[in-house]
Amino acid sequence: MNEATLTHAHVGVEPAESPLTPESWGKLGMWIFLAGDAMSFGTLLAGYGAIRAGSADWPVPSQVLGIQLTALMTFLLICSSVTMVKALSASKRGDRKAFTKFILMTIAGGTLFLGMQAYEWTHLIYGKHVTFTSNPYGAWLFGTTFFAITGFHGAHVTGGVLYLSVVLLLGLIAGKFSQKNFPNIVEIAALYWHFVDLVWILVFTFVYLI
Amino acid sequence: MENVHKEPNYMAVFYWLGVLTIAELVVIYLPISKLVIGALLILLALSKASLVALYYMHLKFEKRTLGIIALTPLIICSLLVFSLLPDLTAVHHRTRAAAPQAVPAEHK
Repeated sequence: MNEATLTHAHVGVEPAESPLTPESWGKLGMWIFLAGDAMSFGTLLAGYGAIRAGSADWPVPSQVLGIQLTALMTFLLICSSVTMVKALSASKRGDRKAFTKFILMTIAGGTLFLGMQAYEWTHLIYGKHVTFTSNPYGAWLFGTTFFAITGFHGAHVTGGVLYLSVVLLLGLIAGKFSQKNFPNIVEIAALYWHFVDLVWILVFTFVYLI
Repeated sequence: MENVHKEPNYMAVFYWLGVLTIAELVVIYLPISKLVIGALLILLALSKASLVALYYMHLKFEKRTLGIIALTPLIICSLLVFSLLPDLTAVHHRTRAAAPQAVPAEHK
């Protein structure tokens, strides 16, 4: 095989453009990560359903857990999803001021959500004596599954708040805002944030309402 | 290459999500069977999740294969629920330690 043949035989070289997400490979990577992460949440929720359906003394969640506070937390995450899409739109327009405002609002929404979750957990543990291993309302696994699922989601929100903070710093301090691919970076982060919102919608229904 | 598409009406989606959340809170107090309430709640949650995925995550404007990748976990986890069903129905047990029984008088 001569040199010319070798030059044209780019076997194994990845194409410059992702086949599913022409904008970037990063976006495809995030989608695949989210599919895997969704499996984690799905397995937790399926396991929760199995334990609950097999238990004869499962407490009525809405009577133990505060629905009003959680509905507010749900609304808060939905609002933060709106501010996130607004931040993405602003980054596409090149509107630095609007981008900063909306991404800060999203970070604030996530932080407030975490604060409310900390309040909820504190109230449950010290006020109602629901812990990871026991509770006075019925099946002990009620507390175990509740803290495992909401804790796993809370860890994702924490990760999201940190992720968005890094994107904000990249844009404003590292000077990447004016770069051509910055909206792409924001879009990938936004996908993660919306996923966190989407999962909470399901957690709210399965763990609190049903 | 940019994935150029018309920006969806984000606020309309937001209002729908708000309305569906209120509907969820109303449904749990309806004087109907728990099974129907559960089915309605799952339907409402899936509607809300679809709105977020389609419009906020822009799945509606992406290639179909990406949509299939996104749907895969939902399908597999639904199958997981069905595969767990035999375990669920086999044993209906208490997942809490039984209360200590009173000691009979003759053993005191």
